[in-house]
This record gives sequence, structure tokens and C-alpha cells, in this order.
Amino acid sequence: MLLVLVEDESGTVTSGSREALTLARGLAADLGLPVHAAAFGERSELAATLSAYGVSTLHLLEGTFTDDYSPECWGAALGELIQHAGATGVVAAASDWGNEVLAHASARTGEAFASNCVTVHAGERWSLTRVRGGGMLLEDAELTGAVKFVSLATGSVEPAELPVPQQIATQSFLPEQVGDLAHSTIVDRTTRGSGVSLSTARVIVSGGRGVGSAEGFESLEELATLLGGAVGCSRVATNSGWRPHSDQVGLTGTKIAADLYIACGISGATQHWVGCMGAKTILAINTDPEAPLVTRADYAVIGDVHQILPAILERARARKQEVQGAA
Amino acid sequence: MKVLVCIKRVPAPGAKIQITEDGLDIDTRHLGFTIGPHEECAVEEAVRLVAEHGGHATVLTAGPPEAEEQLRYGMSMGANAGVLTEHTAHDPQATATALTETIRTLESEDGNFDLILFGNESADAGNYQVGIRVACALERPIVGGIKGIELASEGAHVALQRESADGIEVYQAPLPAIAAVKEGLNLPRYPSIQGRLRAKKAPLRTMQPETAPGGLRTVQLRQPPEKQHETVVLGYGADAADSVVDLLTEKGMV
Repeated sequence: MLLVLVEDESGTVTSGSREALTLARGLAADLGLPVHAAAFGERSELAATLSAYGVSTLHLLEGTFTDDYSPECWGAALGELIQHAGATGVVAAASDWGNEVLAHASARTGEAFASNCVTVHAGERWSLTRVRGGGMLLEDAELTGAVKFVSLATGSVEPAELPVPQQIATQSFLPEQVGDLAHSTIVDRTTRGSGVSLSTARVIVSGGRGVGSAEGFESLEELATLLGGAVGCSRVATNSGWRPHSDQVGLTGTKIAADLYIACGISGATQHWVGCMGAKTILAINTDPEAPLVTRADYAVIGDVHQILPAILERARARKQEVQGAA
Repeated sequence: MKVLVCIKRVPAPGAKIQITEDGLDIDTRHLGFTIGPHEECAVEEAVRLVAEHGGHATVLTAGPPEAEEQLRYGMSMGANAGVLTEHTAHDPQATATALTETIRTLESEDGNFDLILFGNESADAGNYQVGIRVACALERPIVGGIKGIELASEGAHVALQRESADGIEVYQAPLPAIAAVKEGLNLPRYPSIQGRLRAKKAPLRTMQPETAPGGLRTVQLRQPPEKQHETVVLGYGADAADSVVDLLTEKGMV
């Protein structure tokens, strides 16, 4: 059978996992195998969604080790389930968590793992295409071994439910070897205060070299607040000490998926592009009409951010008042 | 304390990557090389930890002979010694084996490294697994995505901090431990002239462990297709503000 490692947010299966389930169903059909799913802890509420994606068995990995996340223990537990249930392929979303748990489980089982795949075709060997360097290059590769592990890059597959849900059974699995592992333990969690996070913001107002200083970001903050979005920045802004690294968009920062990305004074080298290319619409404001990000953006304004942003703020506030007045 | 940092020779960022005619590798004839941004932070952290707690920092790479350049760079930042494991395979299982065998040899001679640092993922291949495979083979704890490292005063464990979707998580791991770190952990220094001079003369050891290929085989590399599209220029200077606000209105943002 093929096993899908399922990720949920407060009991709802993530869109990345729905993509992984859809991919696994196609692979399983080609191989003539059933699809099973695995989740950690008491997650039987996921069964209804999983049955709609064609899962016939949900394995719940249970035990005190699931009270708190530990990459080593959870990866080892998944490895044990894979061997116990006889999975020949394992699929997960290529989230930080999915990649981490699959890397641990594949290492424990001594099998190969292809991360961040965009296409996968099953056969005796699996042929796949994966992204390298966040999307700078594509790699066509072959995967062999008794168990093939793949993680699927977000947005690679259109999630599709079955017209008629699959009958689903739920089984508990208690791993035996987790207790003896040298492992890390989570000892503290701090929840971010108010404010919109980069990875989930609908609008991001982002600044680079052209903003010129930490103070220069004040007008970006104002616009982000007005639009209910978040502030981002380029690597130059981080390295210049203008913004914290947690604001950085790019290959070594956050990869965003906003509806609108407003790039102010960012030339858009490849490392930045791979972080913002997931935005639905990109507006670039830059003095250089030939800057890479300007030529790749959907919309551009040519000129100095310091003159353009105040004008946009003024008009946007006026427009907002008109709209509220009309309501 | 003894710290080991695993680094990788990768093409300098920003360059247009060309691929060799057989599609199996990148064309390196016109490329500069560097260590990845995550790994640069890992070297910086190792040097800082040794400065604070005493001890010794070693940089290790599995790569071609030319990767000596990246080891020398790590030593010019302040690492005390470098080890080059000669290895040209691209597959992550073989790379992890080469590193594991090298680490075992080094530790059998001179005792365990208290802390081994990796970059979270390499800047070129981005397989997200080499550090984890090494940790599993050595039976040591490993946490990825690390942006903060704090050693307990009695030296028995280490606190490792990382960002989660909704905040910050702190993990505690018993030493010896491994961490895969991310850019943002610190701001790496530029090597000083003295550092560069010292690195030229620093000890560098070459090793050649046996490895077997793993189950992930690269068939070819290719450029992603460039999306054809036209950029709509909304205007020039402050006069474009109205058009921008029209766009924001159309998107339902004001």
C-alpha cells in the first residue's frame, strides 16, 4: 500500500496534505494498491475528509510520545509503522514538518527520500521532477528501493475528492522502539503576538535596498497596516540591519503565497524571486525599469519609493473614506 | 567544547546557472563558488561558541578537491581546522555516509564532538536530509530550522530555538547533539586579513571513506520554463498613485 503522512491544522487537513492525498491516489491506481494514511495522536476526526480522498485505512500513531513533538521520535515511529504495515511508498506535503518527519523516517528505514517534488510517476522505479534551490533549477530523478519516500511541493497538484467517498477503517498503532532514542524535547513555546504572519498574509509590502534605511520602512508599515497585511524585506535589508531576519522573503527566508506582493526598491535577484514567485499578483516599485523583479512583475511603477509610497498612502486613505462613507 | 560544522561548496548565488551538455551537472566554468548562507551562519556560531566556552571548531566538507577553498574560508572566519572528504556523488544517502564515516574516524581519534552543525538544507540541491541521516547513523538528537543556540551552564545539554508557524519553539537536546541551522541565527563576520593569513597555513586533512550509491539518482538538471508575460507599467513617480489605488480597490484591499 501507499501511505500518506497527514498534516492538520486544528483538525482540518491542510491543503498541502490534500495535494499529497490526490497524488498518492493516482500513484496507487497505477500500481494497483490501496491508499492508507497516518496521523499522530487521537485524530479520528480526520477520517471523514480522508475517506473523500480515497483512503481505506487511517493509522493513528499513539502513545505518550505524541503529547509533544519530537522530530526523532515521530520520525522513528512513522518508520516503524511503515515496516509494520508494509508500505511501499510514502507521500507527504513538503512543509517544514513533512520534510522533517519524512527525512527522519527514511533515514531510520535506510531508504531514499526525494523532497520537494512537483511531479511523480510510479512504476518499478519512480520517475520524478523536484525543485532545487527553491525553484532555480529542476531535477529529473529516479527513485528506487523497497520503500520510496516523496514530499510534494505546494501547488503541484490540484486537490480532488472522489465522487463517492471510500469506506475507511481506523487503526491504532503503538510503536515499540521510541522510548530508547536519543532525542530532543520541546521545552517552551511562545506564540507570536498580534500582527499578520508573512506566510499567511494576504498582502505583503516588502522593501529592499531602495528603501535606504530602517526609518524608510515606516511608510511600508503604514501601507501594510492600512491594507491589513504584513511587512517583508529582502536579504539586503536584513544584512543592513534595517529589519529582523523573520521579515525576510526569499530562498533563505520565508516563501510567501500572498494575493498581492508590493515590492519597494527590490531589484529581485533569483534568491528573492523564489521567495515571492508564489504571490498571485506582484507590483514592483523601482527606479530601474530593467530590474529583474520589474520585468517579472505583473504591474510596475517606475520611480523613487520615497515619493511614490506617500502618494499611494494619501490616495488609499481617501479612497477608503469614500468607500466607508458610501457604505 | 568541540564543535564540527559541515559545509558545502555551492555556486555563488545570483549567477545564471548553466547546465552541462549531458544535463547531469551544472557548468562550473564561469561560476564563482561559496558556502551556503545557512552554513555561513553555522560557522559563525561555532566560532562564537568556542570563543565563549573554549575549545575547538572544525569545518568539514564532502566534495571535490576544489572545496578546499570553502574550508579555507571557514577557517579564515575562525575555525581551527578543516577536513576534506573527497566525494563527488550527488545523492544524499551517499553524502551522509561519507560524512558519517569521516566523523566516526575523527571521533575515534580524538573523542566526540559536543555539537555538530549543518545548514538546514544545501543552497543548491536542497535535499533537506543529509544532517538528519548523519544524526540517525550516529544515534544523536537533531533539530532543524534552528535560529538560536544556547549551551546549558553545566554543559550537559543545549537549547535549540526555531520559528514555528505561529511563534517560537525551544527544544532541549542532550549533548552530544546535532542542529541544522538557518540564516538569521547570527550575522556572519567578514574574515579579517589576519584570519585569511592564518587560514592559509591552517591544518587541512583529506579523507576518502567508502560509500555506496543510495536510491535517489539524478537523471538530468534543467532550467524551469520562463513564463512569458508582459509587465503592465502603471505609471511614473507619484503620478502613478491613482492607478495603484485603482488596482488595490479592484483586488478588494481598500
